[in-house]
Amino acid sequence: MAKEMHATPLLDQLESGPWPSFVTGIKRLAQDNDMMVDLLGQLETSYRTRKGYWKGGTVGVVGYGGGVIPRFTELKDKNEKALYPSAAEFHTIRIQPTPGFHYTSDLLRKFSDVWEKHGSGLLCLHGQSGDLMLQGCTTAAVQPCFDEVNAMGFDMGGAGPALRTASSCVGHARCEHSCYDEYAAHRQMINAFLDDMHRPALPYKWKFKFSGCANDCSNATQRADEAVIGTWRDDMKVDQEKVKEYVSTKGRKYIIDNVITRCPTNALALNDDDTLDVDNKNCVRCMHCINVMTKALAPGDDKGVMILVGGKRTLKIGDTFGTVIVPFMKVDTEEGLDELEDLSGRMIDFFAENALEHERCGEMIDRIGLANYLEGIEVDIDPNQIDVPRTNPYVRMDGWDEEVAKWEERKA
Amino acid sequence: MSAPRMPDETGVPDWEPYLHPALKKNYGQWSYHERPRNGVLLHVAKSGDKVWTVKAGSCRQMDIHTVRKIAQIADDYADGFIRFTMRSALEFMVTDESKVEPLIQACEDAGFPVGGTGPSVRMVSHTQGWLHCDIPGTDASGAVKALMDELFDDFKNQDMPNHVHITSSCCQINCGGQGDIAINIQHTKPPKINHDLVANVCERPTVVARCPVAAIRPAVVNGKPSLEVDEKKCVACGACFPPCPPMQINDPEHSKFAIWVGGKHSSTRSKPSFHKLVAAGLPNNAPRWPEVGEVVKKILKTYKEDAKDWERMGEWAERIGWPQFFEKTGLPFTKYHIDNWRGGRASLNASAHIRF
Repeated sequence: MAKEMHATPLLDQLESGPWPSFVTGIKRLAQDNDMMVDLLGQLETSYRTRKGYWKGGTVGVVGYGGGVIPRFTELKDKNEKALYPSAAEFHTIRIQPTPGFHYTSDLLRKFSDVWEKHGSGLLCLHGQSGDLMLQGCTTAAVQPCFDEVNAMGFDMGGAGPALRTASSCVGHARCEHSCYDEYAAHRQMINAFLDDMHRPALPYKWKFKFSGCANDCSNATQRADEAVIGTWRDDMKVDQEKVKEYVSTKGRKYIIDNVITRCPTNALALNDDDTLDVDNKNCVRCMHCINVMTKALAPGDDKGVMILVGGKRTLKIGDTFGTVIVPFMKVDTEEGLDELEDLSGRMIDFFAENALEHERCGEMIDRIGLANYLEGIEVDIDPNQIDVPRTNPYVRMDGWDEEVAKWEERKA
Repeated sequence: MSAPRMPDETGVPDWEPYLHPALKKNYGQWSYHERPRNGVLLHVAKSGDKVWTVKAGSCRQMDIHTVRKIAQIADDYADGFIRFTMRSALEFMVTDESKVEPLIQACEDAGFPVGGTGPSVRMVSHTQGWLHCDIPGTDASGAVKALMDELFDDFKNQDMPNHVHITSSCCQINCGGQGDIAINIQHTKPPKINHDLVANVCERPTVVARCPVAAIRPAVVNGKPSLEVDEKKCVACGACFPPCPPMQINDPEHSKFAIWVGGKHSSTRSKPSFHKLVAAGLPNNAPRWPEVGEVVKKILKTYKEDAKDWERMGEWAERIGWPQFFEKTGLPFTKYHIDNWRGGRASLNASAHIRF
């Protein structure tokens, strides 16, 4: 039996209604956990005053420089004594889950048991980067808790100016659209640069995300410094008999309105015999028609990935999307994945050496220009990297002939 | 004293031991999928194997009792396996169709609403808020709980034009990310500076460098080194607050909510797009933020009635034009909707295109 509960009239209002309530969960924990009793006290205070009361600090485990998010309460009385002392330290431990967030019931129970023993009993499944987060640990309990998790075969995630935990869409495990082995790429890329995760020394964060196709279910384009997105370069697969079935069950109007006219490059046409014409040269692999007719249409056989770089959230120049630097790369062999690893290594190295403090890769590229960046990471320029060519003539172009010669050489 | 235990630097774990056997067997060999009913996906492998997935909502922040309940459902009804989606939904998988209905019932009985598939309002992608963040302007889990209570039927049913990704962020850094609808804190006043603390707590050049509009400069206040803000230049973004907590940006009254529409991260049909400002000035009205819910419901209702099948919210707004978006939703259009940030000119109507 824990200490007496604080009155929480505001939080109590979040226990009604049909959606699952985290307040009910925290209250359940508070029945035998003083930390959660006091956490409710602090959270209720925030709800009342509309202010946050956590500050950071430095907490970690032996051997690592990151992965723990320290939180100390700022709600103190005149004598600097915490108003909610049992929740005065409320750190988060970030753990890297499996790619695709797969668990056995046994694994979920093991995490619950360890966390019941060492911490608050509150978990986040999962954070925006893709971490399993154990939320609410005292400074003293961080090390023994991590030791047990680590012994289960799980490692700390990233925090601070470091390589961060990555995430992957469900991909190969359960999706017919998947164009490469997302989990294999995810595991190899992170594990190759793990030192940059556990010993934060980059200018700022570096996030990888892996999506199997242009549907981009891991939000790679908008959230990742390096987005690895699946695509294919041969013809899309069309099962004309299945197309006819769709037309006969859904009707021509439905197919014209929802498939043909929605193609962003007008690469589709419905023939008079209800088969489909695909202008594969103009198909941009956007996935829409495949999403609508999953039985009839599929990505081609010659699959691979494209690499986008520079996605991030608002701080500091405004949100940016990743932009293409490599339009296609095969990663279905060991050599292919090694090539991706080499490229990623050059990108991370260049970032480490050239970004300013607290500058994300996309901001650095804005500052130095994409062409300079590409030269720095030894990636050839390619018209797929732009939407449109330059529109402003204020540029010095006295190296034109040399650049044309390079283009001819690359073409040869 | 014994040497401290050094970590096993194992990194990303092998996923295979945790993969449902049918997923392991058909890894990379899937043929197509269907949605037999709300909240259920059927994936068919090239081998002919079938996997039914029952998808259910949860709260992202979960206590161990809830986690154990999920483990028990997995054991009793779903072959002992579970996965989580990017947006923290639960996905239980079974290979026997007769197990689908009992699994759905078990989820519903345990309080996990089944839904979130196809053209539905999906789970809200959110941040930490007052529960754990060091710079939050509001809560996250609570705001999401309140909103999902309101949008419960839109989660359970598949009757939106396309799926709707809602995100929420407790400050303007926008950790919640781009969304069809993004609900984000918007500060409206410059930071109040606690000059007694700046010298001890803040590395002043770092704070000066962090400001996106160069509105902060070093100053001596009351004989102590501190910082000052040019309040005419300040855009009240709050970027100075994380490196320097004495630059207090959060304000119970003046930290408001803004709502943004049309963010899309996928390249499906249209290229990815950023969300655009549609409403602001909404009060940070814990614990249920009713004013925010009203605007979100108004936007969703208009989208549901007016958009074509498969149109994401931003694609719909592009097609009908933003003047009509404001007309149909009844939301006011103000000078703040006209972008004046770097590159903002690209958002102006440089054409003779007007709808009448």
